[in-house]
Order: sequence, then C-alpha cells, then structure tokens
Amino acid sequence: MRRILAGAACAIALAVHPLAAFADEIAPADVAFDDMKVTTSLTGVPGNPEEGAKAFANRGLGNCLACHALEALSKEQFHGDVAPTLDGVADRWSPEELRAIIVDAKQVFTEETMMPGFYSLNVGLNVRKDLVGKTVLTAQQVEDVVAFLATLKE
Amino acid sequence: MERISLAAGTALCLLLTGLAVERAFGEPVDDTLEIDGVPMITRAAAPEGHPFDEVLSGWLFREAETRATQEDSFENPGMLAVERGGEIWETVDGSMGKSCASCHDDAAVSMKDVGATYPKWDADAQRPINVELQIDKCRVENMGAEPYKFDDAEQVALTAFVKHQSLGKPLAIDLTQGELQTWWEKGKDVYYTRTGQLNFACASCHEASMGKYIRADHLSQGQVNGFPTYRFNTAGMVSLHNRFRGCIRDTRAEMPKAFSDELMALEVYVTWRGTGLSVETPAVRQ
Repeated sequence: MRRILAGAACAIALAVHPLAAFADEIAPADVAFDDMKVTTSLTGVPGNPEEGAKAFANRGLGNCLACHALEALSKEQFHGDVAPTLDGVADRWSPEELRAIIVDAKQVFTEETMMPGFYSLNVGLNVRKDLVGKTVLTAQQVEDVVAFLATLKE
Repeated sequence: MERISLAAGTALCLLLTGLAVERAFGEPVDDTLEIDGVPMITRAAAPEGHPFDEVLSGWLFREAETRATQEDSFENPGMLAVERGGEIWETVDGSMGKSCASCHDDAAVSMKDVGATYPKWDADAQRPINVELQIDKCRVENMGAEPYKFDDAEQVALTAFVKHQSLGKPLAIDLTQGELQTWWEKGKDVYYTRTGQLNFACASCHEASMGKYIRADHLSQGQVNGFPTYRFNTAGMVSLHNRFRGCIRDTRAEMPKAFSDELMALEVYVTWRGTGLSVETPAVRQ
C-alpha cells in the first residue's frame, strides 16, 4: 500500500513537473543542517499544502496526529499529546526550521527527543527488512508537509 | 485550562471538551481496584534504583468501562481462559499418563506464589525461566508431552490459570538467583535501546511519555503484572511475549523471537520494574 501511494505521489510529481521531479532530490545523508535549519528544498519542487495535510494525517505516512494535536484537523479522531500542539506552528518556526525538524528532529533538538526522523536513515536497531534504507516520508512529502505547516498561523 | 474556558460557551463545545479535558489531564485515575472483594495493589513505592518514585498498574490508565470489566470476574472475558486453563491442569497428556494435577494437586495451594515470583533462574538451562517455559519443561521432562508452540491457546490459558493463583500477591522476583542480576542488566539495555525506523525504545513511551496519549492510547508504565491479559482491541488473550513483540513491531523493527534471550532479559527487567504491584492476571486492557 505504501509503495502504491508513494508511486502515485511520484507519478503526480512527474506529471506536474516533468523535469524537476528527481533531478534535484537530496538524499537523506546529504541534507545539510545549519543552525537548526535546512535551507535548501529537498526536491526543488514547491510543496503542496493540501497534499501535505494528507501526508500529515495519514497513519501510514506522517501520522503526526499520533503525538501532536491540531485544531485545523479536528475532524480527524484521536489527537495525541506526547508532543506540542501545532496550532500556530508557523508563527513559531520558519519553513526552514520546520523542514529541519521533520527531516531529523534529533539534529535540531537532542538525541533524546521522541520525534522520529521522517527523512533520515539515522534510525533504530533491527529495522524491518522491507524498510531498510527507506525513509518514513519521501523528499516531496516532506516538502508538502512543510508547506502545510507553513499555513498554520494564528 | 484554555480548553475549559473556551468551551464554557456552548453545549456542543462542552461535550467535545469533556473528552478533551480527560485527554489533556491524562494522569492515572485516583481509584482502587478490588477483584471479587480482594484488594489489589495498583500503586506501590518503587524499588531502589527505579526511574519512578511510584509504580502504577496499567489498570489506572484505562477507561472506566475497561476498569469495571476487570473488577468483576463474571464480566472479565479473560476468566474464560483461566477456566480453560483449569481444565488443562486436570487433563492427562503425554506418554507418562500424567496431568499437572497428578504432581501439583491443588493449584490454589501449589501455584499460589508462582505468578508473583517468576521469572526464576533455571540452573539446567543457565538462563531465566518464565511460567510458559516452566510449563514446557514440566511437559517434556515429567509428562512426556510436547512443548507448546508459542501462543498456542492452551499455553496462554494454562499460563493465565497458573498466574491467576497469585491474584493480589505483590510482584517480588528474586534477582539474587543464579545470574538473574546479569540478565536484569541485559534487560535494562533492551528497555532503553531504540529500535526500528521510528527509533523508539520501551522507555520512549512508557517512561518519558508515561501518562500521555499516542492517538487514543493512554501510555502506561508498561507493567506486566496483568499478563496474560484480555484485550478488547483483539477480543482475545494476549501473552506477555506477544505484547513485547507487538510493541517492537510498532517501532517498525523486526520482531525478536518469543522467549529469545533478548525478550527473556526484558521480562526479567520489566517484571522488576513492577515490583510491589499485585498480580492481576487476567487483567483487562484496551
């Protein structure tokens, strides 16, 4: 299912941006962190906030509501409270900071943070075999989620 | 707090906030558990060296209906497994023509401390032994029967029956036996080791985020005093090693084998983390 979804996302990206889709994609190990920011887009393709909202809520993708509550998505059930609420998150963090946190929160906060790295291969032991070398989100999904979060102003 | 004042306006908001308030203040409930008149210790002073001051039963983290189901043995679906275990106890199996009862007689007497004191040290195997493995050892050596396959319904039922004989007794494993202390250390390592693509350790949820919510799941201390447990989620009994494996799977890691060194060490360590809590087998959980 994940593969199909990812495949579909790639197909859409290709359809919209036939040249830019993969050419400029930054590999997880090559993402440059600078003072809690990742300033360069992972794909060069602007994020789509509507797609970002979907990846954000989807339990097989970001599943962000497992830990973060967000009023804007109150129609979705069961928001967690392990992590801060994301209402007005764009007032507190720039898109470059949000990108860094999503890519690998452990490089922004501390190794102790519970937040998984969504575009990082710096992961736990014994990763499920079919997920070895894979990230939780694709580069474009990260850009989409960043674009969605950037709309959350109060 | 903000949520409460915002909600005061409309009835709809009040309704919604009823949930939000419970979620926002996700502490364990202030309630006491009696099962058929027997008081359970659901809060106990933590043993020395424990990260918490107080150890808390998972019962305190569950919703009112779930808690009520456990209070009444006639309502608790886990008691069906205990009853089935009682039948197995009396049933002859294997080449030697014996049942558990042939040697151990009345389980209420012979098994009364087992649920509170396992895992123990198995000097023959030179590793810890839990109730499931002790049952297997007995079957092979004393009954001439096959060991159970992991999570065979009979294994779960008989384990639940045996542990249920200790209902109410406080967990008190003896780490001075054999090399149990070394296994405790190993189990502690496992507890704090992050696994899987999501990079979580046991401690990420059950220590650092204890009392909070992941989705609709109220994170408890991850105590083991109620296993095997009846879970509404799957409408069936869940063994401890099944639960360990499920948690590890949810970190998107490969699951260790049931009763592997890794999970036996974890059982030793996590049982110690619940020292002083009553055996609640079969507990009722979400």
